[in-house]
Amino acid sequence: MPANTKFELKLGAPTREAFGRTLAELGKENPNIVVGDADLTKSTMTTYFAKAFPERLFECGIAEANMVAIGAGLAMSGKIPFVSSFSAFIMTKGFEQMRCLVAYPNVNLKVVGTHSGISIGEDGPSQMSMEDLALACALPNFTVLSPADEVATKWAVRWAANHVGPVFIRCGRVKAPVIYDADATFEIGKGVELLGGTDVTLVATGLLTAECIKASDILAGEGISARVIDIHTIKPLDEELLAKAARETGALVVAEEHLVDSGLGARVAQALARHAPAPVEFVGLTRYAESGSPDELLDHYGMRAPEVAAAARKVLARKK
Amino acid sequence: MQKTSNPAELAGICRQIRRHIITMTGAAKSGHPGGSLSAVEILVTLYWDVLRHDPAQPRWPERDRFVLSKGHAAPVLYGVLAECGYTPVESLNTLRKLGSIYQGHPDVRFIPALEASTGSLGEGLSVVLGMGLAAKLDNSPTRSYVVLGDGEIQEGQIWEAAMFGAFHKADNVCAIVDYNRIQLDGFTKDILDLEPLAAKWQSFGWHVIELDGHDIAALQAAFAEAAATKGKPTVLIAHTVKGKGVSFMENNPKYHGVAPNAEEIELALKELA
Repeated sequence: MPANTKFELKLGAPTREAFGRTLAELGKENPNIVVGDADLTKSTMTTYFAKAFPERLFECGIAEANMVAIGAGLAMSGKIPFVSSFSAFIMTKGFEQMRCLVAYPNVNLKVVGTHSGISIGEDGPSQMSMEDLALACALPNFTVLSPADEVATKWAVRWAANHVGPVFIRCGRVKAPVIYDADATFEIGKGVELLGGTDVTLVATGLLTAECIKASDILAGEGISARVIDIHTIKPLDEELLAKAARETGALVVAEEHLVDSGLGARVAQALARHAPAPVEFVGLTRYAESGSPDELLDHYGMRAPEVAAAARKVLARKK
Repeated sequence: MQKTSNPAELAGICRQIRRHIITMTGAAKSGHPGGSLSAVEILVTLYWDVLRHDPAQPRWPERDRFVLSKGHAAPVLYGVLAECGYTPVESLNTLRKLGSIYQGHPDVRFIPALEASTGSLGEGLSVVLGMGLAAKLDNSPTRSYVVLGDGEIQEGQIWEAAMFGAFHKADNVCAIVDYNRIQLDGFTKDILDLEPLAAKWQSFGWHVIELDGHDIAALQAAFAEAAATKGKPTVLIAHTVKGKGVSFMENNPKYHGVAPNAEEIELALKELA
């Protein structure tokens, strides 16, 4: 484990598990919270809520478009609905309903996509969501959250329940390394500088946050001081923190388990072009993946610390 | 507004709403007069006789809900909302103009008394089912109504929602299919036939009532039957005439999405005098 950092990166709960547990807690606290699921309660982990509050869990069957619109109707009548499915399905099959019934009229629906990225593993590309952040960020009025671990997920779900307006939360299938202390606090739209550094900044979200911490260790061994920033709020993006990092370190790497052309990296590049132009390299997905174990896939498709470190060296070479 | 159950009075209101539809779409030089005219009796019967609502308290929590899923028929809804007193009558002719509250399709951002923004077809049935679930959770007497276009129910989501509504015994929801048999490209039977329509809804577990959608007394009876039907949602298959009330528009696919010109406005208003 990283020698020069404070992070042990022990495996914690999958972020979907943290979502499900938190949702059940919220159900106890607020009778207005209702949940829709599309025949995946045992996978999205809305099963905890379903067991505790069966009368407030609406099983929609395998019909995501209808589920999103049902959720919108519940929200229009004053409920706080969370609708959940695999990210690959809810963001694509429910997208038009989110656009017309949720985003444009600014309706208070919470959408949670689980099993995002390629780390769903063996199920393969039809179930892998590599486009969900792009789709969610394309919708005005949506806040888009991509928590890195169980602690950040718990906060994200609680924040979403209290916020009036549409929210998308991206969760993963596999156990996620714990980055945050249980009592850590977060602020919406504010990235977290996990490690200070002066030569390059590694910007990450989701599972890649832990990889960036490990990459900073690799780089430290080469005498390179890498700053690490976790972006849990993809939209609104913390442009100020990113611009500061660009000005102070002069080069950045953005790492995400998402298509590089349309995810966090694209948004970071846009922000920097506006406020503090600097060379940026991107670690992410460029093609549809395949079946395999989550760990094999993350290795095979370059979603690991060595690829982040290589991108850092590359961007450093471009730095004036 | 003065609510009424008197069919003759309701028919008089219908004539007024039809005049609004003609002048509104005429002034806009675009819009969907045909499918607005076909739904007039349905909306007028709902708003003046059936719905529990109060224009003085548009957000009254226990009000009944109405969603116009076939959002392109906005002119009929705007005429009704204005005559009820929710919105101004005098600006109806700003329909579709920049800054007007009378947007091309119903938009809650401009008219807060609307229950939902609509326009993308196939979505409204799900929305009222969500509203129906919320009412049941709250033990509220609220009933939720949605008007669907006939072409609209070619959308797959309608049938996802139909399955959901019957399974969840949404007896506080009533859908009305405005079966005017014409969609943009022509007659529904030639585009993608809906028949056997009543059998489809029946097989999905809905209580089905077929009726003449311009017969106010029949509509009143059907809405009462829907409210009395427990354990399943009700759908009214309302046989209507596209362009109803204006002779040259009736049953003419041209007036699905084409507004009347000046000469046609004059002719139409004469017929609706």
